[in-house]
Amino acid sequence: MAKLVLEFERPIIELEKKIEEMRKYSDNLDISHEITTLEKKVDQLKKNIYSNLTRWQKVQLARHPDRPYTLDYIEGMLEDFIELHGDRFHGDDKAIVGGFGKLNGETVMVIGHQKGRDTKSNLYRNFGMPNPEGYRKALRLMHLAAKFNKPVVTLLDTPGAYPGIEAEERGQAEAIARNLFEMSHLPVPIIVVIIGEGASGGALGIGVGDRILMFENAWYSVIAPESCSSILWRSWEYKEQAAEALKLTAEDLLSLGVIDRIIPEPVGGAHKGPKQCIEMLKSTLTEELKKLKKLKPEKLISQRVEKFGKMGAWKE
Amino acid sequence: MAWFRRSKEGITGEAQKKDMPDGQWTKCPGCGEIIHKKQLEQNLFCCPKCNTHFRIGSKEYFAILLDEGSFKEMDKKMRSVDVLNFVDTKPYDKRLTDTMKKTSLMDAVRTGTGEIEKIPVAMACMDFAFIGGSMGSVVGEKLSRVIDKAREEEIPLIIISSSGGARMMESALSLMQLAKTSAKLAQLSDAGVPYISVLTDPTTGGVTASFAMLGDIHIAEPGALIGFAGPRVIKQAVGKDLPPGFQRSEFLMEKGFVDVVTPRKDLRATIAKMLRLIEG
Ligand SMILES: [Zn+2]
Repeated sequence: MAKLVLEFERPIIELEKKIEEMRKYSDNLDISHEITTLEKKVDQLKKNIYSNLTRWQKVQLARHPDRPYTLDYIEGMLEDFIELHGDRFHGDDKAIVGGFGKLNGETVMVIGHQKGRDTKSNLYRNFGMPNPEGYRKALRLMHLAAKFNKPVVTLLDTPGAYPGIEAEERGQAEAIARNLFEMSHLPVPIIVVIIGEGASGGALGIGVGDRILMFENAWYSVIAPESCSSILWRSWEYKEQAAEALKLTAEDLLSLGVIDRIIPEPVGGAHKGPKQCIEMLKSTLTEELKKLKKLKPEKLISQRVEKFGKMGAWKE
Repeated sequence: MAWFRRSKEGITGEAQKKDMPDGQWTKCPGCGEIIHKKQLEQNLFCCPKCNTHFRIGSKEYFAILLDEGSFKEMDKKMRSVDVLNFVDTKPYDKRLTDTMKKTSLMDAVRTGTGEIEKIPVAMACMDFAFIGGSMGSVVGEKLSRVIDKAREEEIPLIIISSSGGARMMESALSLMQLAKTSAKLAQLSDAGVPYISVLTDPTTGGVTASFAMLGDIHIAEPGALIGFAGPRVIKQAVGKDLPPGFQRSEFLMEKGFVDVVTPRKDLRATIAKMLRLIEG
């Protein structure tokens, strides 16, 4: 399958192709000087493009199908991982995965949204859009972690909770609400990482914790830019403006106090270097967990409630 | 409704007028019956013929539910700040001031303490007339404070919901209010203080996905739309027609998410009875 090339990536990729072609012929000709010049040009171009990405362009990076997903992080970071299935009531939601594994020798519970990469796997994963049993599975696993005194790591990457008939019948809203309630007083450390798309309640449903980390090109907002455009502008055409208005990038959210820390991505985005992202997340989690493990459960919970209690902007 | 006639201040707030055509008569959206405003008011804004519950605001609910003169409002002056400089077809700040003028409300929730049949309660009521009853920072903060009040004074909490969900114009800050109110409710629950959630038409999105679905007891008014996703969004996603009665109070009770469906005229008595059962 051809790799997805985003519009703003095109000039870079074209130049890179040209360099590659020139290299092929460089056996017969001495054009190393030209190649070096072009390489410099590519570097400069990358710098220009990636340091000036619009919010909408970042949304596109966050959705890139070659971006590492939850199971890629689990596979890359953990040893002895065993996936645990089902909510013990209705079934096993494939849009949320989770289980125990070892991070640097210490057992952690990792839970995350899981998308697919092609049509078949996307249908299997419901495009990463959970049903109520997904949230209830996540909660069951969090309670397991609490029972055995193991920290929880959640990885957020969803275009939203699934808006289906059965999802409503089984209480999509109740399932999300219950998770917010229970996560707010879970007596073990919780680290939340927005790895790709953080769309609204569907993301937050596994997103209450002590530390909120976010990858550089991920997005997190109350609504996806397209839906926001359709509601506020009454047209799908204003997604760029909506993305700007929503202030949904990691940098925006750090300044608003919604997240605590940004995890840098390789130049060009996570899909340009999944291995680096995995290593980066692993070392960041190790560092953060070390700090949180020192806190007693009561302290952990009161700090967590206080953290979310401070969020918002008002005057009186 | 003797207790109702006692009320000296007119019950029809600015928020109410919006849903009414000009003049003294109004048409029931349920059955088409032409009803006189006075008659509708006396019937607690429910159609005397088909019992359609008209949307009402906090002013009306406080008058209907609380003992006369017992309501003490909290955080009356709190208002939103447009930290995102959000502009859609209109700057958010302008939208706020326009809505304030139009509705005589400061935001989409009013909170305070009062008494229901002499039982002291902490109470919050949302106003759908204020930007679709959407929850932004002010709704989240006012609710947090009234939840804290209930916990500190160990008095039951009642929240009447009516909302389209989280407020888009405050983006992630709105989203965080779901977590904030739920966390405060967990503290309240851990302290053993009862919380009754009253769901009215409509209660959807982020409000349902947080405090509205976290009551010890869920009471819904008849026929209220209650759900996570809106019917239009669901229809678009699944590409088929929605079953009859889908996402209405009675449907939610059938599916196990609402304890009692109570007509507005019995709401006060039902809440009081429930509180006496729990606290007695
Ligand atoms: Zn009628």
